[in-house]
Amino acid sequence: MTSTNPTLDLAGGATAPPAGRRPARRSSYRAAETRRKWYEIIGLTTPAVIVYVMFVLVPIGFAFYYSLFRWRGVGPPTDYVGFDNYVLAFQDPIFLDALRNNAIIVFGSLLIQGPIALGVALLLNRNFRGRTLFRLLAFVPYVLAEVTVGIMWKLLLSDAGTLNALMQAVGLGGLVQAWLADLDIVIWTLLFVLTWKYVGFAIILLLAGLSNVPQELNEAAAIDGASWWQTQRHITLPLLGPTIRIWMFLSMIGSLQVFDIIWVTSVPAVRSLGASATMATYMVDNGFFARLWGYGNAVAVILFVISFVAALIFQRFLLRRDIQGAVTGRAK
Amino acid sequence: MTANAMQSSSVNRRPFTWSSPLTYALALAVAAVSITPVVYVIIGGFRTTPQIVADPAGLPSPWVWDNYARVLTQSNFWQQTFNSGVIALGTTLGVVLLGVSAAFVLARYTFRGREVLYTFFTLGLLFPAGAAILPLYLMLRDLNLINSYYAVILPQVAFQLPLTVVILRPFLSAIPRELEDAAAIDGTGRIGFLWRIVLPLSRPALVTVGILAFVASWNAFLLPLLVLGDASLHTLPLGVQNFSSQYTSDTAGILAFTSLAMLPALLFFTFAEKQIVGGLQGAVKG
Repeated sequence: MTSTNPTLDLAGGATAPPAGRRPARRSSYRAAETRRKWYEIIGLTTPAVIVYVMFVLVPIGFAFYYSLFRWRGVGPPTDYVGFDNYVLAFQDPIFLDALRNNAIIVFGSLLIQGPIALGVALLLNRNFRGRTLFRLLAFVPYVLAEVTVGIMWKLLLSDAGTLNALMQAVGLGGLVQAWLADLDIVIWTLLFVLTWKYVGFAIILLLAGLSNVPQELNEAAAIDGASWWQTQRHITLPLLGPTIRIWMFLSMIGSLQVFDIIWVTSVPAVRSLGASATMATYMVDNGFFARLWGYGNAVAVILFVISFVAALIFQRFLLRRDIQGAVTGRAK
Repeated sequence: MTANAMQSSSVNRRPFTWSSPLTYALALAVAAVSITPVVYVIIGGFRTTPQIVADPAGLPSPWVWDNYARVLTQSNFWQQTFNSGVIALGTTLGVVLLGVSAAFVLARYTFRGREVLYTFFTLGLLFPAGAAILPLYLMLRDLNLINSYYAVILPQVAFQLPLTVVILRPFLSAIPRELEDAAAIDGTGRIGFLWRIVLPLSRPALVTVGILAFVASWNAFLLPLLVLGDASLHTLPLGVQNFSSQYTSDTAGILAFTSLAMLPALLFFTFAEKQIVGGLQGAVKG
């Protein structure tokens, strides 16, 4: 009756709400029962709805309102400027750099993490002694706080840091780089750090998906003489489709709003030149720290709209089959 | 003989095997990439800054405990751990309480507008909550909540609700209808059914969403950065960041502080790994 495929059912929930059982006759007992049911429904959902509306939805509405003003955050906004803040944002080369960097992170994460995670998940899904320990170790980066990861890599990758010293020691001194200071390199360094941190999440999801692949299918394939590779290619991978698409979706949304690691790892001077800025760091730098509240909120709306549109497009074209499956699975 | 040996060593039907060396080589490589930097940071905390500057990749000689002792005794480490703990526990409690009551209604009641309400909650998964951080800050400021635990807890509960509802709803739906009918025959209303039957039965799912909320809160950075200006309220991530930018030349101290900040998350994950992975498994499988 209810959705059998919750994570896929982001937009599909809007389809055909099952009609409530209509009371056949209106006895007073029935009426009292119905009233009580509604009291319970309202009583149980109201706290969640209030908190959710107040701290997630209302701020988004306010962001749009504030974005129409030039406002330093003191007193109510009065200096109405229409859509000037949006025009300004798209004229600022630093913001355009931030957009480019977000695009690099979105596609870089998908293209690099996906294949790595798939390989590692297939590897760690094999039956071998010590598998649990290896899984645990592979998840370590994902568990650590973004800030600790950022500071760790900042120390390792600084000019006089460990990586450069190591490279010098093994005779690769010619390849030594200012990993976090070189304006042309820093975004790729950050992409590497993000990959290191988040590939574990993809692995966890894929392992979860793999554990749902019926063991019988693999055994049947083995009996039919399929090799391990053939089994993975023709049985496991197709069945993993939905999981991979969910991961792609979550990764995309995460990449669009990435803030913590970028903020902590990259030097503010490099960030302010745009080389390592993302939409979120640009928003916080300008809105919160430079106190350009109207402008910052305009950037927030842009970030929000880009994410929302990307999410809808993704839903429409990639998650469609999954949702259809969920919907048809629900129909009686 | 070999079949016998395999059978006797088999636990829960699937025999463990010493797989091909290639599998081990690859698994070791994965593990090395994951933990080498972490191990380096922890060991680096046992060296002195001059040692690190002279030879960034060396081992401690001699091992110094001073950095760790310094962080534990002189910095705000304990205060920040306490703040992180209070905020994470508050967030977890709020998420589980609000999440389970909303998910219960969405799972066990039939009413007009139910799917609309569900879609309304799942919308939160579609866009980044971080996008609204600036107006959120302004709102909290107007509510006079800045520089309080609530300024972090309440929004975090809201951010975490969509995922919680999405994970809990199918779990609560799966509880057999017969149990509800039996409870009704025994004279228990739906609330009694929630309290006496649903909550005990759904403990694994509740633990999972609780852990996800706890970890998200424990690691959170952006929201605390904006709303906790008061240093006495700082959480661990803020503390690590401040320490590293305040004492830039004290590399060994930063390494020690970072290691100590990592420790709770690592320990927590080691114990809760099954729940986290199991929960995500439920979310993927549905």
